[in-house]
Amino acid sequence: MNALKNWLDQRTGYKQLLREALLENIPGGSRWRYIWGSTLVFTLTVQFITGMFLWMSYSPSSTTAWESVYYIQHEMSGGWLLRGIHHYTASVMNVLLVLHLMQVMIDGAYKAPREMNFWIGLLLMQLVLGLSLTGYLLPWDQKGYWATKVATNILGIVPFIGPSLQKLVLGGTDYGHHTLTRFFALHAGVLPALIVMLLGFHIFLFRRHGITAKQPRRAPDQKFWPDQVLKDAVACLAVLAAVLFLTLRPWILGTGGGELGAELGAPADAAEAYAAARPEWYFLFLFQFLKYFPGESEIWGAIIIPGLIMGVIFLMPILGGWRLGHRFNVGLLFALTAGIAMLTWLAMQQDRRDPDYRAAVEEAARDAARVKLLAQSPAGIPPAGAASLLRADPLTQGPKLFARNCASCHRYDGHDGLGKVPTDPQSAADLKGFASREWLAGLLDPARVSTTNYFGGTKFASGKMVKFVKKDIAAYTPDQREKLRKVILALSAEAGLKAQWTADEKEAPLIKEGQALFKDDGVGCIECHRFHNNDEDATGPDLTGYGSRDWLISIITNPAHARFYGKRNDRMPAFGDEQILNPPTIGLLADWLRGEWYGPQETAAAPAP
Amino acid sequence: MEQDELPPQPDRRGFLTRFFSVVLGAVAGLVPVGAGLAVFLDPLRRHAGGGDFIRVASVNALPDDGTPRKFPVITNLVDAWNKLPNVPVGAVYLRRIGGDKVQAFTVVCPHAGCPVDYKPALNSYLCPCHNSTFAMDGKVNNPKSPSARGLDELEVEIRDGKEIWIKFQNFRAGPAQKIPLA
Repeated sequence: MNALKNWLDQRTGYKQLLREALLENIPGGSRWRYIWGSTLVFTLTVQFITGMFLWMSYSPSSTTAWESVYYIQHEMSGGWLLRGIHHYTASVMNVLLVLHLMQVMIDGAYKAPREMNFWIGLLLMQLVLGLSLTGYLLPWDQKGYWATKVATNILGIVPFIGPSLQKLVLGGTDYGHHTLTRFFALHAGVLPALIVMLLGFHIFLFRRHGITAKQPRRAPDQKFWPDQVLKDAVACLAVLAAVLFLTLRPWILGTGGGELGAELGAPADAAEAYAAARPEWYFLFLFQFLKYFPGESEIWGAIIIPGLIMGVIFLMPILGGWRLGHRFNVGLLFALTAGIAMLTWLAMQQDRRDPDYRAAVEEAARDAARVKLLAQSPAGIPPAGAASLLRADPLTQGPKLFARNCASCHRYDGHDGLGKVPTDPQSAADLKGFASREWLAGLLDPARVSTTNYFGGTKFASGKMVKFVKKDIAAYTPDQREKLRKVILALSAEAGLKAQWTADEKEAPLIKEGQALFKDDGVGCIECHRFHNNDEDATGPDLTGYGSRDWLISIITNPAHARFYGKRNDRMPAFGDEQILNPPTIGLLADWLRGEWYGPQETAAAPAP
Repeated sequence: MEQDELPPQPDRRGFLTRFFSVVLGAVAGLVPVGAGLAVFLDPLRRHAGGGDFIRVASVNALPDDGTPRKFPVITNLVDAWNKLPNVPVGAVYLRRIGGDKVQAFTVVCPHAGCPVDYKPALNSYLCPCHNSTFAMDGKVNNPKSPSARGLDELEVEIRDGKEIWIKFQNFRAGPAQKIPLA
């Protein structure tokens, strides 16, 4: 063994290297306050290791970035853990940067002859922040996409070179494939290489000048190995424990619904505004700061003031040489840190109190969970990318379309589809569970037909149908009521609602009876409505295929068509014929109203009376 | 570590310090490596799909004289996160062997995986990479051929009298035995 070591040493000189690395003198012995630099080297190493492994599965393009990260997070063994460690180590690293800077500042380790090393440290800090910024975009989810847009737009307001600089960073005029390839090259290539070079120089200079021992020295000198190494190892382990805690937090704290590891939102979509866009928490103070600079003064908050502050920090080694300079430096650093903490807290507080923001966060969480379900469906992720899954999903688009186009008159379970109650009073039917048995039972209920949930808000409130329900049906005998029940089953079966498949199948004989009863003069429907017949004199809407996909699309396309309300149509626009909505969009709306989407069903219950 | 090179620290506390320095440091370093390795090794727990019968062509498309013709194999492909319906995943040579009986070979050379060409002038398949040649029935027909086995034959089913369905599989390149990729 010794012979081998000697052989190796003669050829590499490793023993001396090891001695130099481990036997550095620590005046006054090992101390806990010296650990911060080592923890930063440790976190950087963790990022390099986890980053390399993530790199092996990541695909930077606008149709594959989210998809490959989804695959890492949800399909690959241990992927969530790897992503979680990488994500939260980045967070912890930013905290450690501040702690390291503070320790250096308090102990005066930035002063002559160590100015160069202080400046290199500041450059390293900028580079690490650059890693955070570029890494935030790479998953290409809504949050990263919109938050990073803010950052690159700020780049655009730099005087003179801003617009060109922005174009260079984006690889074009807008976000796309080349934004990702460039951000990825910066994140995994350029910035790490610069960091390694500068860090080498940083550590070399640190060794050259030695540690800045805390005075008074409370113990005899020690070597770096093993006492300080042990303290460093314990600190690194504590850092790792914190990272693992953050990664496993939903599991440790038993908070339901939380995904383990780093969050992955819905895929980026330039057409879907994202009101919950926020930078990562360690940039929140800058985000908050910008709120105080209205109009064109943005450049002050975004560039000039932060630039001046960084300038003063760069000058600290020189300021530190003056009488009281050191105190000024320490005081300024504490004030800045307090200011940053204050701004961060304000940003969080304002968001917490903003119902719109909270709603946006909830919607984002819904979309994220939904796209995951769709990606795991048998159809899977198409080559066009996962954003197309949500764009073609009735459950995602239906509520938004309803809120935009229908909710000024209609309601869905009392709200606008998205859970908000519109300011306009309800003046048309509540369409939750439209054409279901329960919904029809309400329509044909004398007590409910003229509420705003049915015809109450419309000009049909005094129409034939309402009169028929309130007079004729109200006077029904039990025998007629039983007939009506079967008619409801038959009419509802026309819709072929997914939620009623089994019931419709089970009660096929009753439905058949109901179909015949519909045409029976005794019940009276056929007097006004067409139903699998061609009665030229019918005055009410054609109920053939009532509530089916085709029927709904047709009535949304043009409710004033002779097949529906004709000239008696109330206020409803012809969404298709007037080209307010295109056919696929109307299809999404119809599918959503019918509960026709991939995955578990909401029960198609009628709105509360 | 090179304890013998360091100043003597014979006491128990010194030993424990050194011991825990190394152990704790190793633990801190191994966790991210372990998470990374789990993801890195993920492909090992995935297995080749395939082995399903796929409709390739109609018997009518094959010449009566037994000359092989090449057809693409089109099926659904799962490529990591993407599911791609009806895309080409490979190609096969089909030829009649008497009446409506059909023989199928994958175009992949069993030597190193290059796609072989059918050369009518030579009446054999030639691999353009290392010059293996195969007879019409797929057997190696030149002893100097680097390939250790003949072309990989695929199972064929004729359905409805005319439809050619093949069990499409890939095999390990190299060995003399035909071993499906799992």
